[in-house]
Amino acid sequence: MSEAKENKKPLYRFVRTPFARSTGASLISILIGILCGFLIMLICASFANADPGEGFALLLAGPFSSKRYAASQFGTMLFYTGPLILTGLSVAVAYKTGLFNIGAPGQFLMGTLGSLLVALSINTTGNRGLGILVWLLAILVGIVLGILWALIPGALKAFFGINEVITCIMTNWIAANIVTWVFSARPDLMNTGAGKTGYLIQPSVTGNYTPTLGLDRLFHSGTYNSYLDMGLILAVLLAVLMWFILNKTTLGYSMKACGYNKEAARYAGMKHRFYIMVAMGIAGGLAALAGSLYYLNPNIELQWQSVYQELPSYGFDGIPAAFLANCNPIGVIFAALFIRYLSASGTFLQKAGYNKYFADLIIAVIVYLSGFARFFRERIERTQGIRDKLGVSYFGYIGWKCKRFGAKFQGCFSSKKQKEETTVTKPSDSQSEEGGKK
Amino acid sequence: MDAIFIIQQTILFTIPLMIVGLGGVFSERSGIINLALDGEMVIGAFAGAIVAKLVIASNPALANAQWLFLVCLLISAAAGALFSLLLSFAAINLKADQTIEGTALNMIAPAIVCMIGLLSFNSERIFSGANFVILKSSYSPSFQQAFDGPMGWFFDLFFNNIYISTYIIVILYVLLSVWLYKSKIGTHLRACGEHPQAAASVGINVYRMRYLGATISGALAGIGGFAYITTCAATTAESSVGGLGFLALAIMIFGNWNPLFIALGAVFFGFLKCLGVLSSQISWISAANLPSYFYNIIPYAVVILVLILTRSKSGCPKAEGIPYEKGER
Repeated sequence: MSEAKENKKPLYRFVRTPFARSTGASLISILIGILCGFLIMLICASFANADPGEGFALLLAGPFSSKRYAASQFGTMLFYTGPLILTGLSVAVAYKTGLFNIGAPGQFLMGTLGSLLVALSINTTGNRGLGILVWLLAILVGIVLGILWALIPGALKAFFGINEVITCIMTNWIAANIVTWVFSARPDLMNTGAGKTGYLIQPSVTGNYTPTLGLDRLFHSGTYNSYLDMGLILAVLLAVLMWFILNKTTLGYSMKACGYNKEAARYAGMKHRFYIMVAMGIAGGLAALAGSLYYLNPNIELQWQSVYQELPSYGFDGIPAAFLANCNPIGVIFAALFIRYLSASGTFLQKAGYNKYFADLIIAVIVYLSGFARFFRERIERTQGIRDKLGVSYFGYIGWKCKRFGAKFQGCFSSKKQKEETTVTKPSDSQSEEGGKK
Repeated sequence: MDAIFIIQQTILFTIPLMIVGLGGVFSERSGIINLALDGEMVIGAFAGAIVAKLVIASNPALANAQWLFLVCLLISAAAGALFSLLLSFAAINLKADQTIEGTALNMIAPAIVCMIGLLSFNSERIFSGANFVILKSSYSPSFQQAFDGPMGWFFDLFFNNIYISTYIIVILYVLLSVWLYKSKIGTHLRACGEHPQAAASVGINVYRMRYLGATISGALAGIGGFAYITTCAATTAESSVGGLGFLALAIMIFGNWNPLFIALGAVFFGFLKCLGVLSSQISWISAANLPSYFYNIIPYAVVILVLILTRSKSGCPKAEGIPYEKGER
């Protein structure tokens, strides 16, 4: 019916693709979230000694808030992004299969445990070639431990039908206690330097750390190198791989089918138990790799003593990263970058009288708004539908909207006025167009 | 080593777990997955602690005033309920994904607490200075004599070293559970979680019922949060309640969405949780010299084991997590 209109311009067609609509919805939630953040800053300035203008500027500047150390801050921000991409992927892949992987913190910790035990126990200082081999071994051990750990809730879900949320929560705390337990029995791995209690030695001491490929020196400010290593590259590659598996392979198709409708997938002959296990295994491996890569960085040391009291935030941060990206693996890269960019301003906010929790709050608000994606998408769809129907530009649409509002407003006073005017241009075929394309 | 000590240790965790678990039931029975229980607890604890701090700062003599405790509990309930409106609005009016919204609220709550704490009190923790425990020494001398009488264990158990929140929560728990199952509104509420379209067809306002369920849930979580920090954390509010909200969620699923089983599950879990404290006092167990981490693991591992052994038919509300749309079948 509207074929003629469809071939207008590439841009015209692009903004009507589902991809553009969902991206638009995400951007709207990000914009509103940042505006909310500014509003919160204004409100807080009324009872605290703070400068909202400077605070907002610092927040938007992210890692560039510090002029002197901008480059190294930026590199370090990129380093923190890597593990977040991986935990985000972990949650996203499981969610696509209909599982809510709230167990990422536990899998993260098991990865940390396996990797650090290997990397810190074997001393290869002076022999970088051997060090990289041990590093690979450490990563592998971590991933295997993580997969096995995630298979506990996976198997319980697949074979006993036990809700994965409850088993994930329980296994998180078990993992946290195991980590502290194991490291408390290894005094040889502890950092006994001045002022250090409860810390492990850094992987750089034993020589088995993640290769930096010179990336740490690439982003440096004066003599300060950033923390960046090849973990980020690995994470991005894995995100692409996950996108490929989910969208271009039979395995991914079956996993998603089990997520959309388990019964239908079973009816079609898919072994849903197998796919639940595979999804949890992949999720566990990704979250464990996040832990391994984070703690195998030459600059990071694990505070093992308090692990059992509080679960690592990385595991939980993966949830917003995944949801902000609408569980799209490629989107997770950008969502993670965005989250880390905002929180990089953290400590600098103190200069304006605020604190790092403002960044956290804004990220949380954005995640809250990202839940409205469906609402925003429908709004965009409706707006575009009306514009197609009326054949007007965006400003024409606004004019139509104002006129309609005016008519409604008048209607409030003279209730007898006919409602024809307002209902005549209601769009209805945008929905059917969508269905036709599919 | 006596029974009274064991019971009072068990109650420490049981009470907040069961009331927050019941909050979860109210929300899920009305059809809304409330992952935000943890955040609602944090907000409730925070609001209660701030009020307590401000009142006690103006009059230090009130640090043990029971009426202040009651006021704080009410405030925390109101704060939790208000906070849960964010979830209800998103889930009911905008039909958002409830898992995302719950997660977001769990992030918003600690951020608010730390942000306001740092801005106003220069600390991420809000130490209220209140101590609402009721000890034997606070009673009149004539009543204190009863503790030494033949029924001394009874008075020791119920009147010494206790918090009134324990009794309030137990009474509230029973009343609300009965209300949910026996009253007209309670039945309507549960119908909205099982089949909202059917409920709507007999004239029940599904939106209103879901708002009611989620709001009660938030209020109960708020109460649970403040009760938890009063009994376990020296009335100090901070950015987390030790993952108790998630545990309550797990206990709720463990109890099959049924208040009776949730109470039993909470008692069971509370008992296992204090094994570590008990083990140090029983000679033959402490002789094994196991680290405390072992005893920390036991409650979680046992819950998983029990789940495998019992795996009964799921009492999960059928329409939970699915946004209700008018006119849809």
